Amino acid sequence: MSEPLRTPPQPPAGGSLKDDRFEPVIGLEIHVQLATATKMFCGCELSFGEPPNTRTCPVCLGLPGSLPVANARAVHLGLMIGLALGCELAPRSIFHRKNYFYPDLPKGYQISQYDEPLCRGGRLGEVRIHRVHLEEDAAKLIHVGASGRIHGSDASIVDFNRGGTPLAEIVTEPDVRSAEQASEWLKLLRSTLRQLGVSDVNMEEGSLRCDANISLRPAGSTELGVKTELKNMNSFRFIERGIRAEIARQQQILDEGGHVVQETLHFDPGSGVITSLRSKEEAHDYRYFPEPDLLPVAIDQQMIDAARADMTELPAERAERLQRELALTADSAQLLAFRGELGDYFEAALAAAVAFSQDGEPAPPPQTLANWVSGELAGRLDDGVEPVEARVTPQALAQLVALVSSKRVSVGAARQVLDKLIVDGGDPRAIIEAEGLAAMDDSDELAAIVAAALDANADAAARVREGNAKAIGPIVGHVMRETKGRADGTEVARLVHEQLGV
Amino acid sequence: MSAADVLELSAAQAADAIAAGSLAADELFDAYRSRAAADRAAGEDGLNCFTWVAAETPVAERLDGAPAPLGGVPLAVKDLFCTEGVPSQSASRILEGYEPPYTASVVRRLQDAGASLLAKTNQDEFAMGSSNENSAFGVVRNPWDRERVPGGSSGGSAAAVAAGLAPWALGTDTGGSIRQPAALCGIVGMKPTYGSVSRYGMIAFASSLDQAGPLTRDVRDAALLLSHMVGHDPCDATSLSFPHAIELPSAERLDGVRLGVPEELTGEGIEAGVLDAFRAALAQAEQLGAQISEVRLAHAPHALSAYYVIAPAEASSNLARFDGVRYGLRADDADDLLDMYTRTRHDGFGAEVKRRIMLGTYALSSGYYDAYYGRAQRVRTKIAEDFRSAFEHVDLIVTPTSPTVAFKLGEKTADPLAMYLNDFCTVPMSLAGLPAISIPCGLAAGLPVGLQIAGPAFSENRVLDAAYALEQSLGFDGTAARV
Repeated sequence: MSEPLRTPPQPPAGGSLKDDRFEPVIGLEIHVQLATATKMFCGCELSFGEPPNTRTCPVCLGLPGSLPVANARAVHLGLMIGLALGCELAPRSIFHRKNYFYPDLPKGYQISQYDEPLCRGGRLGEVRIHRVHLEEDAAKLIHVGASGRIHGSDASIVDFNRGGTPLAEIVTEPDVRSAEQASEWLKLLRSTLRQLGVSDVNMEEGSLRCDANISLRPAGSTELGVKTELKNMNSFRFIERGIRAEIARQQQILDEGGHVVQETLHFDPGSGVITSLRSKEEAHDYRYFPEPDLLPVAIDQQMIDAARADMTELPAERAERLQRELALTADSAQLLAFRGELGDYFEAALAAAVAFSQDGEPAPPPQTLANWVSGELAGRLDDGVEPVEARVTPQALAQLVALVSSKRVSVGAARQVLDKLIVDGGDPRAIIEAEGLAAMDDSDELAAIVAAALDANADAAARVREGNAKAIGPIVGHVMRETKGRADGTEVARLVHEQLGV
Repeated sequence: MSAADVLELSAAQAADAIAAGSLAADELFDAYRSRAAADRAAGEDGLNCFTWVAAETPVAERLDGAPAPLGGVPLAVKDLFCTEGVPSQSASRILEGYEPPYTASVVRRLQDAGASLLAKTNQDEFAMGSSNENSAFGVVRNPWDRERVPGGSSGGSAAAVAAGLAPWALGTDTGGSIRQPAALCGIVGMKPTYGSVSRYGMIAFASSLDQAGPLTRDVRDAALLLSHMVGHDPCDATSLSFPHAIELPSAERLDGVRLGVPEELTGEGIEAGVLDAFRAALAQAEQLGAQISEVRLAHAPHALSAYYVIAPAEASSNLARFDGVRYGLRADDADDLLDMYTRTRHDGFGAEVKRRIMLGTYALSSGYYDAYYGRAQRVRTKIAEDFRSAFEHVDLIVTPTSPTVAFKLGEKTADPLAMYLNDFCTVPMSLAGLPAISIPCGLAAGLPVGLQIAGPAFSENRVLDAAYALEQSLGFDGTAARV
């Protein structure tokens, strides 16, 4: 039950997050809803917002006499995850029953895996994987009443549409050392899972959920401190804030000479408050035992081969390829690979550029295109908005960057065009035309504007002449204002220096 | 054919008569339906075999048009089989009024073969018991002596068939729940190899042990009904494709058949009268050409202990779903969720069910798992190995089915351990998942004694053939139990 038993001390306002005396040790448990057609143990289709209790059958309602049958597709997707994370795939794994009473659990037990999981070991980036196992999701409780929360609700009703959805639970070793690292690593994991196509990995809709086990230990120590478990965080920002708050809370307890108590915690992202769900003493005895209604999952080479055949390129492989084939910088390649949606957008834009280069239009260099995708484009998207959701098509961006590369539009003007493309979409050339943003190809006109700018900024001009390079700023700014950004900055600087004779 | 004549027919004979056109299916159904309805109406003043009886006879066209081979012969089904739109509550208060939205696979399979649902039979609550005294519907009486128990948990099915209130019936056997009541009521009951009959739609007691099987007047009926029950069901992951067809038995002799008698199950604790009848049956088997020898089942005496850890452990989990949230009983005016759970389960479960839930919960708890559940599973493995070794020397193993004949109502209700001993001879085969049949082999003090014949996995045809040959030769007369 999620009754707050007490509220632990809150992190001090503005409290230091870095403290050399203590080292945070963090392990993550990630629940991923698998993108199967049907549920884990019955033939019901997965639900995406259908009316409550319309995707149910005797099995996922736990009706008397019903029996589970394991979804072979979920096992297949689980194996793909195992392969992607470099896990050891168990030739034989078994399902266990995890027994506890709750209204969202219609059988009174969850079918999960316990000491013989599907996959063991492995690594993603700098974090080692402990295990990956399969289980079924619980149903959804809805608390009726003004608060919408369990406290003070008039009644709780259950929607069993979600009940029985296949989950893969990925458990890491305690290799994470900070909140930021946790959030960064989860982004890599999410990219990897998305790239595999095993899940929607949509955190808002709960198809990716994360628990964090957090403890502190004296710097330099190799022993683990007492850990707490922060439950069910469903956005990267909440995860980062939640972990940071819990580290601060534990640090304060240790600073005051106290002891951290092993317990399960809830972080409320609204208030930033951490509440206790249950202490170690109140922990459930789940009475795990092998599920007698299911046979062991036996994995043979054929199943492993089938899983391998369905694997797409993974982020680490993609980064390596982008570097090798397109000569992108390591940073650029990694950014595009680990944020798969940016990588996809980049590769689509590159393909478009290649296509129009065959019509004689010069294609922009891949690195320039990469910079525009990961810098200008990504920077303009709201957090959580994917590039594919923006109105600017990869082809339009490729055209815009091609125009910049061939100096037919200045960088400044191109930024204005991109602003418009993101809101309205459309053809960059048409926007340039309509707004009069084409690069100035009349150098006499530009020279005249530069001359006027030197006159208007005589002090700055004098300082430049005296050798103060930085003083050129106001002069260039003047030119850009006059030309609405159409002038090429390099050309402006050249003209300034030429006219000043330096 | 007169109503009395109709009732003299075995189920297989009735099916043949219907196929030959000499018997109308609705006439047969009606004859049984009126008898079953009368028993239902009499409650505990009757035998109290049924929890539900069909309100009317299905129209003749439907019965006559029913597909062969079971040709519309009525079937009584233990309450714990889910039957769509028909009350199915495993004789528990906690499922009061529950009517499932689907029908158990094995019942559906039999209906597809032409069986017609006559009635649901009384049983021990959630199949937990050996006397049918643990039912929300009241006790079932033994038609041989109404002051005695019919055995359990399929007591209603056994009594109904023995009394001629149903031509045949479905039961389930977890530790002896088909074989023991069949023995105490003087009929045939068979538990097939684990996995051969789908469990989908059987309200579970202990998943790794539960198996459906036939309770019939004779061995041929058992073979006929079973032949239409077995087969893989995609809805039950533990169900298997039976490797060959179940044949109707025809053996008249047992020449060369090696019968093993385990001393562990035929000595201490078996009533003298039961042992006498058992030995007489062995002598008869020898007459038919069988070779009798002793075999060892060294771990069999520990079977009961292992069983009473494993079965309650699984039951404690299987019965967790009865929480008042979705169906069946729900306690009114609960203070909160926990109070609702507690009161619903307090009110809904009977004493024996509560006892086993507590036993099982304890056996699975953290810190005790290895000592109880883990150890019981190791014993189970040993018992299966014992059987494998024994079957290297003999073809079949024979024992008495039950250590005693039918005992008096109330005689053992205060002593759960004495009650559990009823399963002494049947539980080893359950733990090993082996097929075993009980056939009546004589009387002791005027009450039937059962002979158990068990074989290796999927040896149903061999078991049925031996049972048939012995049955023909023993000539047991069960008509005294007809009402």
